Amino acid sequence: MAELANRPFPPGDYPVVVVGSGPGGIQASYYLRHLGIKHAVISADPLPGGMFRRFPFFQRLLSWTKPYGPVPRDDPFYYWYDWNSMLAEEPQNRALMPDLMDGTSSFPSRPEMERNLATFVERTGLQIRFDTAWEGTSRDGERFVLHTADGDYRCHVAIFAVGVAQPFTPDTPGFDFASHYVDTRPAESYAGKRLFIVGKENSGFELATGLLQWAQRIVLASPRPAKLSINSHSLAGIRARYVLPVEDEILGGGVFFLNASIARIERMGNAYRIHCIKSDTSTEVAVDADEVIAATGFTCPLVDLQELGVEVFGRSQLPAMTNYWESATAPGIYFAGTIGQGVSGMKKYGFPANSGAVQGARYNARTMVQHVAQTHFGVGPSRSRVLPDSLVDLLLTEATRAPELWNQKSYLARAFSLDASEGILDNGIVPLAQFVDEEGPAGVAIAVETDDTGDIHPAVYIRETGKPAIETLLTSHSMHDFRTADNRIHLSEILRGATAGAVR
Amino acid sequence: MAMNQQELVDTLSGLALFADLSRPQVEAVAHKMTEESHPTGHRILRQGFTGTGFYVIVDGEVAVRIDGSEIARLGKGDFFGEMSILLGEPPNADIVTTRQLRVLHLGGPELEGFLRDYPPVMLRMLKAMAMRLRNANRWRS
Repeated sequence: MAELANRPFPPGDYPVVVVGSGPGGIQASYYLRHLGIKHAVISADPLPGGMFRRFPFFQRLLSWTKPYGPVPRDDPFYYWYDWNSMLAEEPQNRALMPDLMDGTSSFPSRPEMERNLATFVERTGLQIRFDTAWEGTSRDGERFVLHTADGDYRCHVAIFAVGVAQPFTPDTPGFDFASHYVDTRPAESYAGKRLFIVGKENSGFELATGLLQWAQRIVLASPRPAKLSINSHSLAGIRARYVLPVEDEILGGGVFFLNASIARIERMGNAYRIHCIKSDTSTEVAVDADEVIAATGFTCPLVDLQELGVEVFGRSQLPAMTNYWESATAPGIYFAGTIGQGVSGMKKYGFPANSGAVQGARYNARTMVQHVAQTHFGVGPSRSRVLPDSLVDLLLTEATRAPELWNQKSYLARAFSLDASEGILDNGIVPLAQFVDEEGPAGVAIAVETDDTGDIHPAVYIRETGKPAIETLLTSHSMHDFRTADNRIHLSEILRGATAGAVR
Repeated sequence: MAMNQQELVDTLSGLALFADLSRPQVEAVAHKMTEESHPTGHRILRQGFTGTGFYVIVDGEVAVRIDGSEIARLGKGDFFGEMSILLGEPPNADIVTTRQLRVLHLGGPELEGFLRDYPPVMLRMLKAMAMRLRNANRWRS
């Protein structure tokens, strides 16, 4: 009982309640504390780590940590080389991941990532009330009430960082014969089997790669063809680490890709027959297999939030959100972590942001918390003044080095307000779509973008007071150092022409 | 309201743009395109911006604005963004949501291949664009 009594955050009233102890919840809590916003953190899990306590099953993460970057590890710019560490303001709490890796790969193993998150929680002294599952939600006036077995938590702002973690299986007839990705067994138990994997995204290819040496035959089926990240010029598509099954398919090595929808699955003795309809010809094809695995994705475990007015959309049942990751239909409810991928942002050339991964979600969480602090608690950012003569260099240096802009291309931007009386003020990192669409005070923002040829370059957005922003693309550089003479001249010209005396 | 994959396929099958596709083809379309949700007041296409996408409205409504002046409204089944992509030019109008919007999105670079894969969609799109042109000419005369 004494142990129970010592657990942090007993049920009660808090300004903010964070639900979840994965990267999203941890990062949100860290910045709430940094800004002095009192809050509770509750989690159904017994330890920190979120999805990384279980996934991925095979091999390693898809996000790199390169121990030997060109800048010191405690430099914030190092985060571009380390996609897995949590953000911290204190240098000693940055870049914890590389010291926990065994040196065999730049992609951490799952246990290494779990240790990274636990170490961050321990070193920063973050408090989390574990084994406290959020079971339901209601309203009490203007406050939300989160129900748990331990009691109720009341708050003005609720931040849900519960992942996109609920296994999704289509209701197609016979899918109850399939096991979901989350129920994958040890690899050797698939020895000699004919496997049929439904789904051609990374989870399907993770299994195919991990089981390649064990299975007799692997069929991957879904209506659309597999898309590879190396062809899409982004992280959208099958990552290079999972390309081996593609090569085996090309060489006829026992891996088959079927562009087809599943009509039904039948049991045939100890095996199954999967009836498919090919997407291009609408003809039926039947495939026999010993095991059917549904790599069909996940949905958001939002419990009863829809009853509070949270609208959801899409196959993953993501909440409809504003640019600041607040429910578009239930104000005061925010989301952190992988759920943030529901905010599509600019999506230039169709490239999605990396909000579904740690390297993107950690910045979203920081920006979201700063927004919560300002709009709900009046805690504004400390905006430093920038000398006019240094603005061009500052913008181009950000575009060249800032991990926020590189990890969240066309999605997050570094923004400055430009005012004749106040001068130039640093507004920090903001959602790019918010900056370009809000008719706010004069300002400039810089982002990093990729076009359809794969060219990476800075994009500058200048907004005159009360008008939508205007886009100007700067030129790329063979070594990605955008601080070129041409870019300096071009940027100086457009800043001079568009600002109201704040830049001379 | 959220809909499951089967309901989405049912909805898409009922849209004029996809009316000539078989159900397996519509299912493939639903997998190829990404569903998005946008709150009221969001700009989906931005006049003068590069890198635009192709969108099909599943639910909701948008306003078409040129230099801030509204010239049209689009609703369920309508599509936008294709002109800019096919011409390789930034859009000449803003598309702004007038209420909560659900769309299917296809990245600009994927549109040409998509239309080659589904000629009936290309024909439907061509007819819709011809009607827009005819209406514009009528308006001018």
